[in-house]
Amino acid sequence: MDDLYRDYILDHYKRPRNFGELEPHDLEAHDHNPLCGDELGVHIRVADGKIVELRFHGQGCAISQAAASIASEEYVGMPLDEVGGLDGEWLIELLGIPISATRRRCALLNLKVMRGATTGDASWPNGGG
Amino acid sequence: MATAAAPSILDVRADFPIFGRRIDGRPLVYLDSAATSQKPESVIAAIDDYYRRHNANIHRGVYTLAQEATEMFEGARERVAAFAGGQTETTIFTRNATEAINLVAYAWGREHVGPGDAVLITQMEHHSNIVPWQLLCEETGAELRYLDVSDEGKLSLEQLDAELARGDVKLVACAHISNVLGTINPVAEIVGRARSAEAVTLIDGSQAAPQMPIDVGALGPDFYAWTGHKALGPTGIGVLHGRRELLERMRPFLGGGDMIRTVDFQRSTWNDLPWKFEAGTSMVAEGVGLGAAVDYLTDLQMDSVRAHERELVGYALERLREVAGVRVIGPRTAEERGGVISFELEGIHPHDVADLVNRENVCIRAGHHCAMPLMRRLGVPATARASFGPYNDRSDVDALIGALAQARQVFGV
Repeated sequence: MDDLYRDYILDHYKRPRNFGELEPHDLEAHDHNPLCGDELGVHIRVADGKIVELRFHGQGCAISQAAASIASEEYVGMPLDEVGGLDGEWLIELLGIPISATRRRCALLNLKVMRGATTGDASWPNGGG
Repeated sequence: MATAAAPSILDVRADFPIFGRRIDGRPLVYLDSAATSQKPESVIAAIDDYYRRHNANIHRGVYTLAQEATEMFEGARERVAAFAGGQTETTIFTRNATEAINLVAYAWGREHVGPGDAVLITQMEHHSNIVPWQLLCEETGAELRYLDVSDEGKLSLEQLDAELARGDVKLVACAHISNVLGTINPVAEIVGRARSAEAVTLIDGSQAAPQMPIDVGALGPDFYAWTGHKALGPTGIGVLHGRRELLERMRPFLGGGDMIRTVDFQRSTWNDLPWKFEAGTSMVAEGVGLGAAVDYLTDLQMDSVRAHERELVGYALERLREVAGVRVIGPRTAEERGGVISFELEGIHPHDVADLVNRENVCIRAGHHCAMPLMRRLGVPATARASFGPYNDRSDVDALIGALAQARQVFGV
């Protein structure tokens, strides 16, 4: 079995969870990773300060798309003010695969977009390599 | 399928020390020469010898070392000029092709392009031949227009004629060979038609200079830019061949030492060509290295380099057709292409393709290749790209094909 492209990574890539558009939505953001052309947007619905529903949309490599799909299952139900505190280390641990420096931004793009939507901070997350 | 045992036209891999490298015990399959080439021993040795035995600042010192260094640098310029069919005094060393193009955009463009004028480039340009013209047009109020790229990756001379007939085109800038599509553009036609319309021409020869015979004098553009590191030379040195009448009338690009004749408190006068455009201490070792690179290529003979790459590209196109799900982008035949093949593999993003074939030490590039407008035109977010140098042979293509088959297996496509 491949270290990076594990079955669950390919499964999330080919059948991404929480993907599509969400209308109406309360929060949104869109961003890209210029290195390889990955792009990702998110629509979020909020109730009582929590994320109740979200949809990612975009295109890109298996790592960027699978990472968004896997993380989406964590984001749903999360208090909004917790998203800004998440870092790269959290995400890469969640993915459970060795992410090289060249693929780091692929993996972190979804967190960048989520932080952009919830805090307005569109910088790359720290940590995780 | 052609036999893998067929001999290549060139057999020079042993001249390139990097191919002695093993990664995880296996050899390197380097297919990214369009990004940068590997360096022959003679280039590495020339730079080493320069620093060990001759290093001194050039053009001023009267002592022996300074004379040697000056002769080595200016001797390299003579050979670089001859290699590309240019004249020594109109062959300007820059940091890279990007700087060469910026030199023209600033020193020629700011004087000659204004509101109501147009700069005409193509959809297949590298960012280095787009962004300097965007900046120029933004600043001067000129219009930036593009020649379209067809689905087969080609330009239309009819559209060029129509654009030139509008009467406002001041400059036409175009790649000799596309770094994404591999298309060899009809630059002689483009230069001739632009000249008839009194438009200045700039040809970006970054991909062409390393892989086919170039004769700037016969081709006749006003400016021809290329870079050393793609042509077996070191990084940090590029070349601009310019038309003498234009260079003489142009203001300098960068100001500083070496580019002046006299400096007074308020004004200065300029050095002769080519030094008028070479401010500050030159990249001496890099110039010496590029001199060694063109010596090496001249020994190989550029006709042979071109024949070698054409043969390899033909073989690669044929073998890529055997891989299910591969779509090659750009012209169909090796005759119409330089040593560059961009492709997509269905069901696998190019970035993943590049990562997967790297497990077999196959070095290819994935991404937009510094040509985002072209990616948009082609309707793809990115491509995978294999490109060739004189040191490649059919075994490298075979390794790529094998690695692509494994990639498909991992992804279950």
